[in-house]
Amino acid sequence: MGIVKSEDLTFEYIIRDDDDNVENVKTAVDHVSLDIEAGQFIAILGHNGSGKSTFAKHINALLTPTEGTIWVDGIDTKDGDRLWDIRQTAGMVFQNPDNQIIGTIVEEDVGFGPENLGVPTPEIWERVDASLEAVGMTEYRHHSPNKLSGGQKQRVAIAGILAMKPKCIVLDEPTAMLDPNGRKEVIATITKLNKEENVTVILITHYMDEVIGADKVFVMDEGKVVLEGMPKEVFSKVELLNTLRLDVPQTTELAYRLEKAGVPIRRGILTIDELTTELKKLRAGL
Amino acid sequence: MLIILDKVNYVYSEGSGFEMKALNDISLTINKGEFIGLIGHTGSGKSTLTQHLNGLLRATSGKIYYDGQDIYDKDFNMKSLRSKVGLVFQYPEHQLFETDVFTDVCFGPKNLGLDKKETELRAFEALEMVGFPKELFYNSPFELSGGQKRRAAIAGVLAMKPEVLILDEPTAGLDPKGRDEILDRIKKLHDDTGMTVILVSHSMEDVAKYVGRLIVLNHGSIMYDDEPRKVFAHYKELEKIGLAAPQLTYILNDLNKAGFDVDTGAITMDEAAQAVLKSLGR
Repeated sequence: MGIVKSEDLTFEYIIRDDDDNVENVKTAVDHVSLDIEAGQFIAILGHNGSGKSTFAKHINALLTPTEGTIWVDGIDTKDGDRLWDIRQTAGMVFQNPDNQIIGTIVEEDVGFGPENLGVPTPEIWERVDASLEAVGMTEYRHHSPNKLSGGQKQRVAIAGILAMKPKCIVLDEPTAMLDPNGRKEVIATITKLNKEENVTVILITHYMDEVIGADKVFVMDEGKVVLEGMPKEVFSKVELLNTLRLDVPQTTELAYRLEKAGVPIRRGILTIDELTTELKKLRAGL
Repeated sequence: MLIILDKVNYVYSEGSGFEMKALNDISLTINKGEFIGLIGHTGSGKSTLTQHLNGLLRATSGKIYYDGQDIYDKDFNMKSLRSKVGLVFQYPEHQLFETDVFTDVCFGPKNLGLDKKETELRAFEALEMVGFPKELFYNSPFELSGGQKRRAAIAGVLAMKPEVLILDEPTAGLDPKGRDEILDRIKKLHDDTGMTVILVSHSMEDVAKYVGRLIVLNHGSIMYDDEPRKVFAHYKELEKIGLAAPQLTYILNDLNKAGFDVDTGAITMDEAAQAVLKSLGR
């Protein structure tokens, strides 16, 4: 069993009318079964309302399944006694940092998690230092979070999760509010954590180019996993992704346009290097 | 010339220990009917600048003229400026508060003192303009998808019939199709009505595709103000200030270095595909 495993995970919510009668039942996640190996970098794609955030909230037991089961590091999330073990194992970073920051000073906010876990003070400070360094926010450690921009706040929120040393981090559109550099830094940070510290990363995003380095991509639609595979496999399916309200990285899109115009170029090109190499081969008549 | 900024400076928390200069001698002319992109890293002063354009913030020094009138003149009608320059904040759907979408969109025009008939007509038109589905007009904002909420919130500003529409990252958090749909609608609105549009964005791909003029802010100063393709030619300088060029710029420059004779100034997908095909002799 992997670090996160779900079996027929289904989540329904009930819409009630003004008189509290059941008006409608909506299925946000519909029989999702997947198994994520520890140490992998996983991406989940899907349009707004496809069920990906609802699924993600099951990973740290913010929601529990209506039907089916999800295990985090072998723990069934329905086991209420293990709630804090689950939440320490799988940390969650959300899109809007304003909802996640509580400290009045940046370093206090980052230290809040480990302090709550009962970590000894000297180690709290070590973790705070390392976490702030990892997200490039060391110089703001004595600032008030209120005075930071959205992007800076988000990096503080990520540092706060890092300080709890989770085995798995789930990030729900962490870069939606960031500028290009902020996005690069966050992606570089989580990639480094994944490669060097072996932290399992589960990234939910609407930016296709953030996904090309992932080990595996899951695409969701109407609460179901409709496509899964390596990035180059998933991004080969340009038309299908378009019908799912998604797109592909610009490099892949350009290669696809060239193919449509009759250039014999292979599918699933993800990086600029791959594209240049491929076009050089064509020019040489190979 | 619709809006003129003359040496505008803005200092936050002036006189306190946290004093910070957010805008530094900004001089700028905005013409009627332009579609302008405004980019800059977080904290570069984009939001501060846009809030000056409708008088939400008052310059520490310098002058701003709207339609030839000094907006800091004591006789100037600041309230009317706020309806002429419509500002759509980031995540505007957080500001939806009425029980149904239609009533929410009516809020702005109603506050302008318009009668019920005119108010409702405007709300109807505004919702049409953003492509909001009619069958959802009387739904609660909470029952809508992310893209629909965003449209409803933009309609709330459009219902005031602004002459200038400023959008602060209108596509943040939307799926790729949702991003295209919103920006296509805004482009159409600009083309059909001649409304002046200022798009604040972190997406270089989006500004490359839609705007005619691109302004780059860095540490509260204007660094570039030109056509997008000319601005993105400075991609190395843009990287130094936390920005980038569209991915296509990097692809074309790489191909150019590899000996392909491509136009590196192509910034949209159509232009880039044409440029590469041409270099391949197709």
